[in-house]
Amino acid sequence: MARVVVDVMLKPEILDPQGQAVANALPRLGVTDVSSVRIGRRIEIDFTGEADLDRAREIADKLLANPVIEDYEVRLVEGAEVA
Amino acid sequence: MRIGVVTFPGSLDDGDAARAARIAGAEAVRLWHGDPDLHGVDAVVLPGGFSYGDYLRCGAIARFAPVMESIIDAARGGLPVLGICNGFQVLCEAHLLPGALTRNQHLHFRNRDQWLKVEATGTAWTNGFTPGQEILIPVKNGEGCFVADTHTLDALEAEGRVIARYIKGNPNGSQRDIAGITNEAGNVVGIMPHPEHAVEALTGPSLDGLGFFTSVLRSLAKDGQLAGGQQ
Repeated sequence: MARVVVDVMLKPEILDPQGQAVANALPRLGVTDVSSVRIGRRIEIDFTGEADLDRAREIADKLLANPVIEDYEVRLVEGAEVA
Repeated sequence: MRIGVVTFPGSLDDGDAARAARIAGAEAVRLWHGDPDLHGVDAVVLPGGFSYGDYLRCGAIARFAPVMESIIDAARGGLPVLGICNGFQVLCEAHLLPGALTRNQHLHFRNRDQWLKVEATGTAWTNGFTPGQEILIPVKNGEGCFVADTHTLDALEAEGRVIARYIKGNPNGSQRDIAGITNEAGNVVGIMPHPEHAVEALTGPSLDGLGFFTSVLRSLAKDGQLAGGQQ
């Protein structure tokens, strides 16, 4: 089995209120040197056989990300411990 | 006239939408997400709620429901489709409408009666309003912030495809106060607030929502006359 990881992030120009809320909480931890926090999503896809990057890209483009507001990156994870 | 109302797993407002259709004078036909048969309806409403739990993104999974494949085809062929709240999100995910609905800018769920200004009145769902008419209907969403790139926003404005804007306060941070838009043909409309909750004095803040449902009946009747006249 093989694992492909898809990282989905809001495009830079799209406001991320969730990330902003986290950034605004950081001073309460005493953290004052962070200028920005943005939150995305990591998705792990385990193929039953060989990893199919093209198929993973199709899944990302059609379902996992909304290309109107989000960018995504697809990468193969070598030697992942797949259940 | 038969107005279909789709029920997805997690739809909440399908009952109210069907009731609004009946009050407007239509026959309400319940459509099931797993059934691609549209049962000969003349128009479709995608109701509010949390389709498929809105896991992943709002509307992202509903867009692939068997009934949606039929609705997407029929909408491209001119079938009037109204997406309310979650239904609006489904229409954007299905690329029948541009842009996307994202988390409210202030992160809070907003549930209140909301004033809107109706703008485009040439659509299948808004032809019963007058341009500039102010209406009061409930809004209730956590992810209702409409976003699109500047080019798309400019095109929507230039082509008169903003059907309603928030006035007297923007509840979710939507760009340019946009509450609802239409496609180029004017048969597909998405709106974040809930017209189906403003159709009776007992339960709604006004009867203004009824205008969406009577508009589509008027539009269908007009098309029927035209079709009849051509025969």
